[in-house]
Amino acid sequence: MSALLERLAEVRKSGDVGRLAEAIPYARWMRIAPENGTGELLTRMRYHDDLIGNTFLPAIHGGTLGAMLEMTAIFHLLWETETETVPKIVNITVDYLRSARPVDVIARATVTKQGRRMVNVFAEAWQDDRAKPVATANAHFLVKSSDDAPPSL
Amino acid sequence: MNKSLTTKEERLALFQEWFSDTIPHSKALGLKVIDARRGFASMQLEWREEFVGNPETGVLAGGPLTAMLDGCCGMAVATMLKEPMPFATLDLRIDYAKPATPGKAVIAEAECYRITSSVAFTRAFAHHGDPKDPIAAAAGTFMLGTKGQVTRAQSIGKETIGAEPKV
Repeated sequence: MSALLERLAEVRKSGDVGRLAEAIPYARWMRIAPENGTGELLTRMRYHDDLIGNTFLPAIHGGTLGAMLEMTAIFHLLWETETETVPKIVNITVDYLRSARPVDVIARATVTKQGRRMVNVFAEAWQDDRAKPVATANAHFLVKSSDDAPPSL
Repeated sequence: MNKSLTTKEERLALFQEWFSDTIPHSKALGLKVIDARRGFASMQLEWREEFVGNPETGVLAGGPLTAMLDGCCGMAVATMLKEPMPFATLDLRIDYAKPATPGKAVIAEAECYRITSSVAFTRAFAHHGDPKDPIAAAAGTFMLGTKGQVTRAQSIGKETIGAEPKV
């Protein structure tokens, strides 16, 4: 069993979902972590200057929004579904709706379709106003381990 | 006749400065510009522990590849602009073909194959040196003439005049 799934089992007991991110080096580096303080699982990317893509506007780099939407979907699948393997991303399509200002980005994922092997997830990211998303994404994940595919995120 | 005012080395140094060093997230990723000519851009991402998604395998997370492919597609768009103008990513699709090999650098190659007055269309691949064996494939569209001031990166198109790809 992977360290991430072991961590998931621990987190389920303690309820401190934010600690899931500690098992993923990239999530730590990007300051992306899940939170469920409101009873709803959200993922937050804490603002730091390394996220900037356009210094003139200024605006957060679009690539980091895609990255955090992908992490949002992964945290959602780990926490809200009965997955026995680390979800393996197949593809993601990100729509950029507004430029993201230099403040925290929050996102929420929902499962559009849960299949036996494949899951379709929708994720939406916003800043201060949830009614004004900065980016949305659709992604597919393999959630059943197969013999030839190495475990990866 | 080559009307370019700069040699390839000078051009790459300019692209490195404007497309990586002055963009904080690209700089944080340590993106290195390895090629830039009209309609084409290529960058390299070194493997680093903090880019890893699965610490047991050392395989990169999708995020650093997404950010590199977005930046590389954007750079391919900038090479096509005859007049500087602000632009922004409209959408970006990434297909993860296979996991990146731990410890190996990843190369992205992006092509801007069509540009209109409002939209630019790009395709890109990420690989370990063999484009026929991709780690990820991307398709990005960009909205041109968005609001805001033109960045230096967005005004680099003139540097690639006379540096059309040799087919």
